[in-house]
Amino acid sequence: MNEYLTLSMILFTIGAVGVLVRRNAIVVFMCVELMLNATNLALVTFSRQHGTLDGQIAAFFVMVVAAAEVVVGLAIIVSIYSTRRTTSVDDASLLKL
Amino acid sequence: MTAFWIVAPVVVVAALGLLFARKAVHAALSVAVVMIGLAVLYAAQGAPFLFAVQIIVYTGAIMMLFLFVLMLVGVESRESLTETIRGQRLAATVAGLGFGFVLVTAVGQTTLGPVTGLRSANEDGNVYGLAALMFGPYVVAMQLTAALLVTAVLGAMVLAHREALTPRRSQADIARDRMAEYATTGRHPGNPPTPGVFARHNAVDTPAPLPDGSPAEDSVSPSIVARGQLRDGFDDDIHVVSRQLRREDDDEDGAVGREQNPRRGSGAVGRDGEPRRGSGAVGREDNQ
Amino acid sequence: MLDLVWLVVVVPLVSGLGLLVWGKEGDRVGHLVGTVASAASFVIGLVAFVQLLGRPEDDRSVADTLFTWISAGPFHVDMAYRFDPLSALFVLLITGVGTLIHVYSIGYMAHDERRRRFFAYLNLFVAAMLTLVLADDYLVLFLGWEGVGLASYLLIGFWQHKPSAAAAAKKAFVLNRVGDVGMALAIMLMFAQLGTSSIQAVNATVAGQASESVATALGLLLLLGACGKSAQVPLQAWLLDAMEGPTPVSALIHAATMVTAGVYLVVRSNGIFDAAPVAQTAVVVVGLVTLLAGAWIGCTKDDIKKALAGSTMSQIGYMMLAAGLGPAGYAFAIFHLVTHGFFKANMFLGAGSVMHGMAGPDGEGDVDMRHYGALRRAMPVTFATFGLGYLAIIGFPGFSGFFSKDKIIEAAFGESFWIGLAALLGAGVTAFYMTRLMVMTFTSPRRWLDDVHPHESPRVMTVPLVVLAALSVLGGVLVLGGWIEHWLQPVVGPSVHHELAVPAWVVSVVVTAVVAVGVALAWVTYTRTPIAQTAPADPDVSVLTRAGRNELYGNAVNDTLVVRPTRHLTRVLVFLDARLVDGLVRGLADRLGDTSQFLRTPQTGYVRSYALSILVGSLVVVLALLAVTLA
Repeated sequence: MNEYLTLSMILFTIGAVGVLVRRNAIVVFMCVELMLNATNLALVTFSRQHGTLDGQIAAFFVMVVAAAEVVVGLAIIVSIYSTRRTTSVDDASLLKL
Repeated sequence: MTAFWIVAPVVVVAALGLLFARKAVHAALSVAVVMIGLAVLYAAQGAPFLFAVQIIVYTGAIMMLFLFVLMLVGVESRESLTETIRGQRLAATVAGLGFGFVLVTAVGQTTLGPVTGLRSANEDGNVYGLAALMFGPYVVAMQLTAALLVTAVLGAMVLAHREALTPRRSQADIARDRMAEYATTGRHPGNPPTPGVFARHNAVDTPAPLPDGSPAEDSVSPSIVARGQLRDGFDDDIHVVSRQLRREDDDEDGAVGREQNPRRGSGAVGRDGEPRRGSGAVGREDNQ
Repeated sequence: MLDLVWLVVVVPLVSGLGLLVWGKEGDRVGHLVGTVASAASFVIGLVAFVQLLGRPEDDRSVADTLFTWISAGPFHVDMAYRFDPLSALFVLLITGVGTLIHVYSIGYMAHDERRRRFFAYLNLFVAAMLTLVLADDYLVLFLGWEGVGLASYLLIGFWQHKPSAAAAAKKAFVLNRVGDVGMALAIMLMFAQLGTSSIQAVNATVAGQASESVATALGLLLLLGACGKSAQVPLQAWLLDAMEGPTPVSALIHAATMVTAGVYLVVRSNGIFDAAPVAQTAVVVVGLVTLLAGAWIGCTKDDIKKALAGSTMSQIGYMMLAAGLGPAGYAFAIFHLVTHGFFKANMFLGAGSVMHGMAGPDGEGDVDMRHYGALRRAMPVTFATFGLGYLAIIGFPGFSGFFSKDKIIEAAFGESFWIGLAALLGAGVTAFYMTRLMVMTFTSPRRWLDDVHPHESPRVMTVPLVVLAALSVLGGVLVLGGWIEHWLQPVVGPSVHHELAVPAWVVSVVVTAVVAVGVALAWVTYTRTPIAQTAPADPDVSVLTRAGRNELYGNAVNDTLVVRPTRHLTRVLVFLDARLVDGLVRGLADRLGDTSQFLRTPQTGYVRSYALSILVGSLVVVLALLAVTLA
């Protein structure tokens, strides 16, 4: 069991670091997806550990929510790209002003 | 367990590819690999439904959406390697390593006890079990998720929507503009002539003949003209073709099957010695 | 008409305010309106005076309340006036001389494009001065007191384009404020101790209800106010500078009326001063010192207006002296005040006429007597009227000044031999400097500058001179048969006569003799040797002359005692303010700014750095969770 969880943690950490170091908004987004998948793996693993299907249901919901999130997130990226001609997250740094 | 030890290294390497890939497309492919690997791990852990969903929804739909957007915003765009925020990369690495170390250590130090397994839960089949839960205790959550999906669709529509700033041009407007342009610049208001259509040639590079027999240049795409691929002479073709047809009439008995496809005459010509070889060369040129 | 006495204030007030807001259309007739308003006031005052005269002796006081001004608990102030023999005399003097000066100003200010404004200010002054003398309450009196201060400020600085005039106006205003502080404190003290500020009530009850120390304090505070307004030592420094104003202003405000307000105040507050012998002595001392100081200054000034201003100080010193003598002198103080109002206004207007005649090609009047001489023939009317004023002020027998000054010196001798002697000396010096002025201006050989063509002033200016000259000559009739003492008796009480060691006529003879000596001395000094066109430089003249030219170092004393310490104190305060207070405030702001600047640095706007902080935060949370679980 622990190896599944360890894999999940490793994937989650890789995803987190990817969010921090990558600048292409789409890649950053993929890293977020990776983190979500890592949690899904943990959920499925715990489902097996406990012998109930609630973990799988939760993973399923995570997938649905991730799908919705991807739709909106990519739409945002596209609209930013269409106005600013860039997908770098560093170029959208006007929050401080 | 075998499956895990086969899949896990692949998944980790693919995930690292996400970190280090220069091109976004490569990163997307790495993610696809990770997701398929995870789907395998789901299957191995008694979650066949999630396995299917992972493949179909994630790898099939979501990743394709990612690739689609990548194509939309330009595949070639590369990230510059210099880090713009001072110390960000180092701090991210340190914090990430620390985070991973702590998590992995914590998980490694934990004893989970005996695995219950999903044998009894999946007694009636995994999908039945999930359905019983989803339409049972989780029905409200499922309805809310449905609402969320609809909202997301509407949100994407709103984000992609662009306000029409100018009134829509009707067909009458377009026609009027064309006539006005014709009056001022002399540009013909109708469609440009289509290229000439001839069985022996790739017709888009062949100008249509005007009534006097001369080629109409503007019936061919300007890019073909720019590349110098405009075919100008075609008078001799008729004679060549008629000669070939006469020859084939001579030995009609031996060439029954070839009559069905007269365009591939060059093959038949090539079989017959010298003069045919020349015409064969012409035919090859034609097909370029 | 006695019920309508308040009109004497309202008419010039309305006229003055109206002239101020009238606008350009009023320029043509503004001066006439102002003069008519003043004259109307005079007529009302004269009718009221005659009616008062017709009343029985113990009924010659008309008081009326127009409205309640302030009603705050026990503090009650009515806008009330009192028309009694004292204020009646003042009303006549103010409106009478005021009207003549209005008429004179029509000619004097003819070429000034702001003449309408000038008449508006003059009207406002008349209204304020009448408020002062008609007030039945110290607070209402204070209103007029401040009003005349304002009018004085506006009129001294009327030619504000001259920096000297603007500075002089400011100086007069500031020094008057010092006196006004005394006034204000006195009124507060009255209310605190006596519960009222009504003039009648205060003077009637101060002797019985308040201790002598309170009365003394009241008397000294009022004296401080009087010193400020009447340019008495130690607040005398503004009067000579005030000559920067137009000459009619000098005549009306700084000779005839406003500067005598201090004397009026002391006489009006006779109840307080009778109850405070110390304050009375202080009044006498102030009067004597100013008398001699003013005369001294008058001897040394070459500026004709400043010489006359010194003389004004000196004459008001006489009045103060008389007022300080108590019941023996009140009537004579007022008497001298009235006659002085006539002859000094006459002489100031005469000086204005001379300046007008001596104006150079640039139109600026020349005030330096060393450029005058032999104007006797060029300006006969001015010479004649000025001469009559001159005879009146030196106390030539039969002229008004003779009677008024003689009575004061007599009363002074009755008080003390030394006071009398000082007053007598003052009379001699007065004769000296007035003779000097006459000789230098009218009789000595001509010392005119080039391009100066002396000429007699227009009729509109000489007629007031003639009228005032006549009054200067005839003013003495008021004292015949003791009329003035009798007339003022309801206000200041019966006059007290001290028994002198010698008969009164001996005093008169001695005074006349001293005056004759003064005249002779000046005549000899200034006719024997020719007068230089430029004044001798300071090192060439005696110490006494130098002191007089520098106005007895009054400005230096003010500078040393008040201005410079204040300036140092201000500098210290500015330093403290800039370094300590501002330093604290700014330092706090700076520290806040620095802190904000520091806190700002993490706010890069880069979403990735925010994500990093989230990751670090979750790392901390995980560690904390582990620590809690493992502990």
